[in-house]
Amino acid sequence: MSNILVYALHYDGAINKNSLGAVSEGAKLAKELGGEAHAILVGENIPQDLAASLGEYGAAKVLTAEGPDGLGQPVVDAMAAAIGSGGYKYALFGGGLLGFEVGAGLAARLGAGVAMEITTVRAEGGELVAERPILGDSSISEIKYRSEVGIIIGRLNAFEIVKGGAGAAPVEAISYEASPQSAQATIVTRGEQRGADVDIEGANILVAGGRGLGKAEGFELCTDLAAAFGGSSAVAATRAVVDAGWYPYAGQIGQTGKTVAPKLYLAAGISGAIQHKVGMQSSENIVAINKDANAPIFEFSDLGIVGDLNKILPKLTEAIKAKKGS
Amino acid sequence: MKICVLVKEVPDAAVQKRIDPSTGRMDRGGEKNLNPYDTHAIEAAMQIKEGGAVEVEEIVAVTMGPSSAVRALHKAVSLGADRSVHLSDDALAGSDVAATGYALAQTLKRENPDLVLLGQQSDDGECYTIGAVVAEHLSMPSLTQVIKLDLAGSELTCERQAEYGYDTVKIQTPAVISVGDAINEPRYPSLKAIMGAKKKPLDTVGTGDVEIDASKVGGDNSNAQWTSAKAPPQKAAGLIIEDEDTAETVEKIVAWLDERKLL
Repeated sequence: MSNILVYALHYDGAINKNSLGAVSEGAKLAKELGGEAHAILVGENIPQDLAASLGEYGAAKVLTAEGPDGLGQPVVDAMAAAIGSGGYKYALFGGGLLGFEVGAGLAARLGAGVAMEITTVRAEGGELVAERPILGDSSISEIKYRSEVGIIIGRLNAFEIVKGGAGAAPVEAISYEASPQSAQATIVTRGEQRGADVDIEGANILVAGGRGLGKAEGFELCTDLAAAFGGSSAVAATRAVVDAGWYPYAGQIGQTGKTVAPKLYLAAGISGAIQHKVGMQSSENIVAINKDANAPIFEFSDLGIVGDLNKILPKLTEAIKAKKGS
Repeated sequence: MKICVLVKEVPDAAVQKRIDPSTGRMDRGGEKNLNPYDTHAIEAAMQIKEGGAVEVEEIVAVTMGPSSAVRALHKAVSLGADRSVHLSDDALAGSDVAATGYALAQTLKRENPDLVLLGQQSDDGECYTIGAVVAEHLSMPSLTQVIKLDLAGSELTCERQAEYGYDTVKIQTPAVISVGDAINEPRYPSLKAIMGAKKKPLDTVGTGDVEIDASKVGGDNSNAQWTSAKAPPQKAAGLIIEDEDTAETVEKIVAWLDERKLL
């Protein structure tokens, strides 16, 4: 049997968007392999209707396993148990932190091959072939699996959400034995929102700041510029500066933050690491200002300015104000 | 307690990003260095040692790689590790992340550490996953992207940013923790430490020394077979402006924005 088991992350009564993409992708691929896509949720008191709703995205069956929320290793335990019962040839994950942890742990547990940051998967001769961009997305590698089970961890937003399934899926509760290591971790708090609640998802124009701003006060340059644009504009940030406490988590773009696609994305002092890129690369126009001519962001910006943002941003703010006022 | 820090040799970023003018492509040969993300893991180990909440007998840097990887170990030692272990064997060449994690776990078993620390990612492979693989083979709990780490007795309190905000997780040692680059600001090695690094004990081991099953490692035995790369779809190159006269640069930006009706 060529079934695909897809991990579905859920939080606060909703399935993660990347997991919905992974379920949709799994359903499409399973059909090509002549099998079924099954989803698995692990957590405390998983709502039945939430699990069943994955049928709408193509899951033929949804497994639920009782376990602590927000930790990777219990999910490895549950998925290994499900796969051990037979029928699965692939395990699929959407992007995200837990997906990486679980996929890698599962590979070790099962002695399976694993590949991560996958952007495309295709069926070929009854097998799946995964594609992964490497070396700063300058080249693409193909991965095939020689183990009984192959593990595919998608890149954030790589898989399209397709709502075309048959409605509610049957839900089956499974039991599993927790590994000794799973018992050694306990989650104390989950999903703590640090900083103010800023709304960046509705903005047409985003001015985003990174480590290159130099200090928390550097964000004033971004705030002033966003204000000059006026209308539907907002200020966003990278993970590095959010972790440093310079800007609220709610305004963070990328792997563990928001995904945006505004009309204009102006990146100030952002190098453009993959984890950031995946959250903003669909923006219509990307402008980057960075003093490092080698910054990866220049590889995918439409307009790149190599220079000192402390000199450029204030003058740009004034020029836009003047232009708007005229 | 004993802390092992996993480190890796990667192409030096400064060299890596150079374009070969004859081909117009990246030149990835040349200088190699310690993966910059790993310096945060070494610093985290040093801060635990210096913090005094627990007694750290030893910090051991561990790597797997060809003979040149010794340089990464010297750097790790200059940053504070007491000694290092180099797993080096032709049989390991081409191992995928799962095989590499297995081989490193076998090497760590001989050290029997209370805590294994590593960086959040390598500067070249960017797999983010080696810690979870190693932890599974060692049957230890693990967490990645940790940006705050407190140790009290055998209990670690870890903070990290995950999909929905910041999580706090308590973990019992022995454990495998991958640290994010926001956890600390790594120190610079002193000249004395750099000079002394080559004199610190370095143990070179092969697959047989740490009981690695040779049929599970190496390129041919890896379960994920990576095949030749192809070029991604070409995207039209963006316009690049070097800022020399800021007034002029700003004028160009405004014109560019105006042309696209973004003002």
